[in-house]
Amino acid sequence: MAVLSASGREVQQVDWRKRLLHNRTFLGLLFMLPAAALLLTFLTFPLGYGVWISLTDEKVGRGGAFVGLENYGWLFEDSVFWLSVFNTFLYTVVASIIKFVLGLWLAMLLNHHLPFKAFLRAIVLMPFIVPTVLSALAFWWIYDSQDSVISWILIELGLMDETIDFLGDPWNARWSVIAANIWRGIPFVAITLLAGLQTISPSLYEAATIDGASEWQRFRHITLPLLTPIIAVVMTFSVLFTFTDFQLIWVMTRGGPINATHLMATLSYQRAIVGGSLGEGAAIATAMIPFLLAAILFSYFGLQRRKWQQGGRDD
Amino acid sequence: MIRRRKADDHRSGMDYLENLPRKVVVVYLPLFIFVFVLLFPFYWMAICAFKTNEELHAYKGLAGMWVWEPTLDNIRRLFFETEYPAWMWNTMLVTVVSTFLSLFCAVCAAYAIERLRYKGSRYVGMAIFLAYLVPPSILFIPLAKMVYALDIFDTNLALILTYPTILIPFCTWLLMGYFRSIPYELEECALVDGATRLQILTKIVLPLAVPGLISAGIFAFTLSWNEFIYALTFISSAENKTVPVGIVTELISFDVYDWGGLMAGALFGSLPVAILYSFFVEHYVSSMTGAVKE
Repeated sequence: MAVLSASGREVQQVDWRKRLLHNRTFLGLLFMLPAAALLLTFLTFPLGYGVWISLTDEKVGRGGAFVGLENYGWLFEDSVFWLSVFNTFLYTVVASIIKFVLGLWLAMLLNHHLPFKAFLRAIVLMPFIVPTVLSALAFWWIYDSQDSVISWILIELGLMDETIDFLGDPWNARWSVIAANIWRGIPFVAITLLAGLQTISPSLYEAATIDGASEWQRFRHITLPLLTPIIAVVMTFSVLFTFTDFQLIWVMTRGGPINATHLMATLSYQRAIVGGSLGEGAAIATAMIPFLLAAILFSYFGLQRRKWQQGGRDD
Repeated sequence: MIRRRKADDHRSGMDYLENLPRKVVVVYLPLFIFVFVLLFPFYWMAICAFKTNEELHAYKGLAGMWVWEPTLDNIRRLFFETEYPAWMWNTMLVTVVSTFLSLFCAVCAAYAIERLRYKGSRYVGMAIFLAYLVPPSILFIPLAKMVYALDIFDTNLALILTYPTILIPFCTWLLMGYFRSIPYELEECALVDGATRLQILTKIVLPLAVPGLISAGIFAFTLSWNEFIYALTFISSAENKTVPVGIVTELISFDVYDWGGLMAGALFGSLPVAILYSFFVEHYVSSMTGAVKE
């Protein structure tokens, strides 16, 4: 008898466990656990913790005390900080616009009927694949003040008499790092827009051609409207990653000459890790968040519009 | 395949509008310039890795475009007189471990969000997308403090634990798209036959999602090979550095730049991802476009 009831209880227990394993919410949470643990610990928590550090006067090796908005107050009167904000905007706006124009152009070139199309596409993506730091090193060498290959070629062609000081002069340095960023970003824009272009039915173009539309009209009234949703998303990503760029600048100029190329991210690193003022660095990093939020909202509405255009569910 | 060929036929149907000379000017010439500019830095990097110091600094006009006295000295110095092999090993280890860790987390999470559809899964999906947009450059200061507090500063573990924050959101987002394309009926059949969710995931969903897994995996590999700011902040001793950080912090001395060595380091640091890329081009493209499309 005793044996029977014991096994009966066991059956009940097993049943309870089985039911739990068929409960979606419980299973869902179980499956989410590894990702959630890592993301909450090393992404969500530091996001808030960074804001907290920005409200303290913490230095490396010494705990900080709460100082309220003092760091922000200092930054507000700090001309280097405002210079870095200016640089960041210049860098982001100029680089993003050129990346978009050239990227779209390259995508449309690649959308033609071409020999070795797959091979060309593979080659075009190279700058995106190779680690940014390493291609930035190559650019650093290409921009060398004495032995720059660009200067060499220009002198050889008779267009210049002396070498260009690419990274030594403030404005030269700004345009040089922007050029390197554009070089790095074009493939991403081009290949993703190419994917968008390939979904546009060729019959639309045929119909427009028969109706007498010019090439510009076909571009303006077919390509651009149909591509708008994907452009919104691609450019949001592009803007976001350009705005928070660190690697290119740090390798090529470290923010120099005389802070002319400091972006907010590099200034934040300079102050926090090199200079040791964690509080101040965190304040600069936190100051980037409003701009990132703006970009994310833009992306969100871009996605919404896309679903609505395709007649998809509105969720 | 058939569909694609049809689309091509349509396009070649429009081609009668473009005669050859016009196509050369409008398509091939700009395309050639694009490809030239995009590839030139790599060519220059590769060429300079084999140049002697004299040749690097001698102005020779267009003759400087080629190596006339190739040398392996830069590469020998790199591998035998610096800690480059150790950096290579660290990068490989950190990249492989964090990629697999992220893939595991992402598979579970994507399956739960897309197929278990627990309460609030839609919002978690949104949150994952937002996490993808959080850049490392606003997280490295608090993370540096955490890494220090956890006593893993200057170890590979610090990178293995922090890289997944970049990789998981991306991989999850990509895999969600792949899982969505697998017919739900397959799972229903298995459920009726008494399979558990774990069995469904490992025996039905995963085998069907292999292309997605490869895409996510190699993209994650590239991203973590590429990572710079965390490795720069969390690693201090020379022998624990990764390739990008090691080259930038250890090989660059203050006055005289060893350009040959730097270019050799950059060349060999790019090779692993370039080789991987050459085998999986299609997967790269699909992961890149997939991440944007959804």
